[in-house]
Amino acid sequence: MEVYKLTAHEVRDKIKNKEISSKEVTESILIHIEKTDPHIGAYVSIRDEIALKRAKKVDKDIADGKEISDLGGIPMAVKDNICTAGMATTCSSKMLQNFIPPYNATVINKIYEKDSILIGKTNMDEFAMGSSTENSAFKITKNPWDTKRVPGGSSGGSAAAVASGEAFFALGSDTGGSIRQPASFCGLVGLKPTYGLVSRYGLIAYASSLDQIGPITKDVEDCALVMNAIAGYDSMDSTSANYKKVDYKKSLVKDVKGLKIGIAKEYFEEGIDYDVKKQVLASIEIFKSLGAEVEEVSLPHTKYALSAYYIIASCECSSNFARFDGIRYGFRAQGYENIKDLFIKNRTEGFGDEVKRRIMLGTYALSAGYYDQYYHKALKIRTLIKRDFDRAFEKFDLLITPTAPTTAFKIGEKTKDTLHMHMSDICTVPVNIAGVPAMSIPCGFKDGLPIGMQIIGNYFDESTILRAAYTFEKNTNYHKERPNRR
Amino acid sequence: MNYKTLIGLEIHSELLTNSKIFCSCTTSFVGDENTHCCPICLGLPGTLPVVNKKVVDFAIKAGLALNCEISQFSKMDRKNYFYPDLTKAYQISQYDLPICHDGYIKTEADQKIRIRRIHLEEDAGKSIHTNEGSSLLNYNRAGVPLIEIVSEPDMTSADEAYEFLEKLKAILQYIEVSDCKMEQGSLRCDVNINVKSEDGTFVSNIVELKNLNSFKAVAKAIEYEEKRHIHLLEKSENTVKETRRWDDAKNETIRMRSKEYAQDYRYFPEPDLGTIEIDYDWIEKIRETIPELPNDKKKRFIKEYNLPEKDIDVLMITKKMANFFEDVVKEFKDVNMVSNWIRIELYRRLKENNTEIDDIKFSIEDFSKFLELIKKGTINNNAGKKVFKEMYETGKTPEMIVKEKGLIQIEDEEQIRDIVKQVLKENPKSIEDFKNGKDRALGFLIGQVMKLSRGKANPQIVNTLIKEELI
Repeated sequence: MEVYKLTAHEVRDKIKNKEISSKEVTESILIHIEKTDPHIGAYVSIRDEIALKRAKKVDKDIADGKEISDLGGIPMAVKDNICTAGMATTCSSKMLQNFIPPYNATVINKIYEKDSILIGKTNMDEFAMGSSTENSAFKITKNPWDTKRVPGGSSGGSAAAVASGEAFFALGSDTGGSIRQPASFCGLVGLKPTYGLVSRYGLIAYASSLDQIGPITKDVEDCALVMNAIAGYDSMDSTSANYKKVDYKKSLVKDVKGLKIGIAKEYFEEGIDYDVKKQVLASIEIFKSLGAEVEEVSLPHTKYALSAYYIIASCECSSNFARFDGIRYGFRAQGYENIKDLFIKNRTEGFGDEVKRRIMLGTYALSAGYYDQYYHKALKIRTLIKRDFDRAFEKFDLLITPTAPTTAFKIGEKTKDTLHMHMSDICTVPVNIAGVPAMSIPCGFKDGLPIGMQIIGNYFDESTILRAAYTFEKNTNYHKERPNRR
Repeated sequence: MNYKTLIGLEIHSELLTNSKIFCSCTTSFVGDENTHCCPICLGLPGTLPVVNKKVVDFAIKAGLALNCEISQFSKMDRKNYFYPDLTKAYQISQYDLPICHDGYIKTEADQKIRIRRIHLEEDAGKSIHTNEGSSLLNYNRAGVPLIEIVSEPDMTSADEAYEFLEKLKAILQYIEVSDCKMEQGSLRCDVNINVKSEDGTFVSNIVELKNLNSFKAVAKAIEYEEKRHIHLLEKSENTVKETRRWDDAKNETIRMRSKEYAQDYRYFPEPDLGTIEIDYDWIEKIRETIPELPNDKKKRFIKEYNLPEKDIDVLMITKKMANFFEDVVKEFKDVNMVSNWIRIELYRRLKENNTEIDDIKFSIEDFSKFLELIKKGTINNNAGKKVFKEMYETGKTPEMIVKEKGLIQIEDEEQIRDIVKQVLKENPKSIEDFKNGKDRALGFLIGQVMKLSRGKANPQIVNTLIKEELI
């Protein structure tokens, strides 16, 4: 039996039935990582000893007859921008290469409470800026379906780890599509929750008003289990919502009868690959055949979303990243004349190009005389985009779009062309701007590469997304495909 | 030509909340370097601020006491600049929607000095530059809550600015939102100043003054700048729009930096915090906690106690002092005596020892009993000073001190007459002087009698008896 091919809930059942121990699972995953990761490059750090210790503790609990949680004893991975106490949290940047936070992110504490086994931290585009995980200061992560291709990004390490069986599930962060687009490229389920549903405490901020942590899993059921673990109000995060606790397992219902699904027409226009479009529309037909009511809907301000996104995200990051001055922690340059020189050297040498590009863009857009023209205008667009969604959700329960315009592209294909790289976020960005939840699920293949479908829900209505996705999964087999590394 | 001076003040005042504005670290001033910090006030990546509600309470209280409007809706903004003592490289402050606006303070001359706004912000850490050329950083103050109070340029003289500051300090201390200690940096003041010819044709450029370590320094710096501005205008020159620092040793202002190219702080709304919404009930709840304010107290004291204004100013120099005065008056009805002893003996000692009235060792009851002993004549004024000193230093009861030191006043005329006679016998020269009209001789003789009685003789009786014996 190849354990690494199982889903988290399948492993959970085997552990609970004592068919296999958590230690055995963890060991087999560590061995699998050793074999596989040199080809994939999903991880930036592995924590084997502590992982095994934790696994043994779970096994002892089971032996003692204690009830273990749905994610108990299951090896998982975390994107390296989520703080883990005593374990380097680098954001795949030279700037934080040696940064070891003295605290856990709230989600890490929650994952530990469920006795999941944190195996390691995953590679990403530096500071979550990118759509291909080529922007890491350490290495390029490869797509397990085709190692000549990118896994997507910025949570590319997390997606590649799950797709290659190097973890049963992973946490990522999504600012403009960074969970959903890699999930789409790697044939996985990725959910960006409603802004405020999952605590951001301990997530090293890229764009504070857009960032959300979410799960990357092999199927919809696993997604619900992870959401049960990580969602909920946190007094340490002022932007966290005090929303009633929902049991997402109850959303795993095989029924979409009467569900009103909107086809967001702006998402099927120019720039979307013909086969991707065709496959997503075919998937919508499946919903229709299962009793959902499907109709076209317009979100007229969608075309402004990408521009607004790059202004808002760049402005916020220019301020968020200002703290990385190399004075108290982080990269420290050698040889400087005065404090200003030290700041400049630390930041010039510590940050990569894409990070510097966005810091400069944001600094410019926030400058006196430009604020109204850029930042303030972007906020107005934000309001209009929110209104588009509000209006759509007056009539529809869910909206369906492609997750990304294409399937996974080749490594190096877009690195020279920033604009085209940014275009790969075109379908996912509006969701972050509005703050609504959205999931990418596998809905087909093109030339052996997965295609993702994006299901967008109303604020705090992750349940309906899960229900539709679960129903789709039960009527298709795309999620059962596993990559045979090429 | 005559000139009018325009002065506006910006005052930073640290709030007396127990914990910092965005985390639970203590705001205490005492403690080793970098011991009052946590990942949040150190701005470590991934941490997030959460507004301490008490800080908002305090800002509302300050706003109400300074006659401000309280904003029902305000927000925090980021002020971005690089400096090693600023852990996040931005200060969380308020830009266009301050928590309070449009208030005023009334001067003695019944002039309203308007307050434009009061906003909330966090303090930064401190850089310490060593003699060896290295810089050390202490983040204990990072994240201590501040209010910044910005006045309109309504003050026209150093005296008026001084009075504004005194009144502001008294109010903030009375409502217990700040201890306003300039020497500890819990109150800081910057000045904006320029002058204008009476007909308005000549106007100097606004200069900002910093490094003002006391109210006196503020007044002196204003006076210095006033003269400098007028002098330049009269030479048909003008001041430069700049920031200058006050040099207390040299008694002059020195150019720090130009303000021609204002630093761009790139303010934008703090995305890690929601808006601050303050409803009517919240404001009213805070309003109820505001005590009688200095201006009202002064009016009442004048009416109720019929004391000179300058005495009242000392008696109510702090709220606690005023409370102490009123508590004693409840027990001991001679208001003048209470006022004199508090102002002269008690206040002097508090100032000398740099202590607060909370820290005195004797009780209100003992102090009242003490005054009673003098009033009844059990001890005289001189002995009283000794007893008070002992009370102040040891906290013993006045009765015990009087007994221990044998300070009970000698009232027995015969006993005193014996001493008087002895003194007169020993000082024939003084008797002669007295008879020749030298009044000072009488004082000397009384002094000798008091000395011989070890200060215990009733001075009135001594006085009468010497006169009797001499005439």
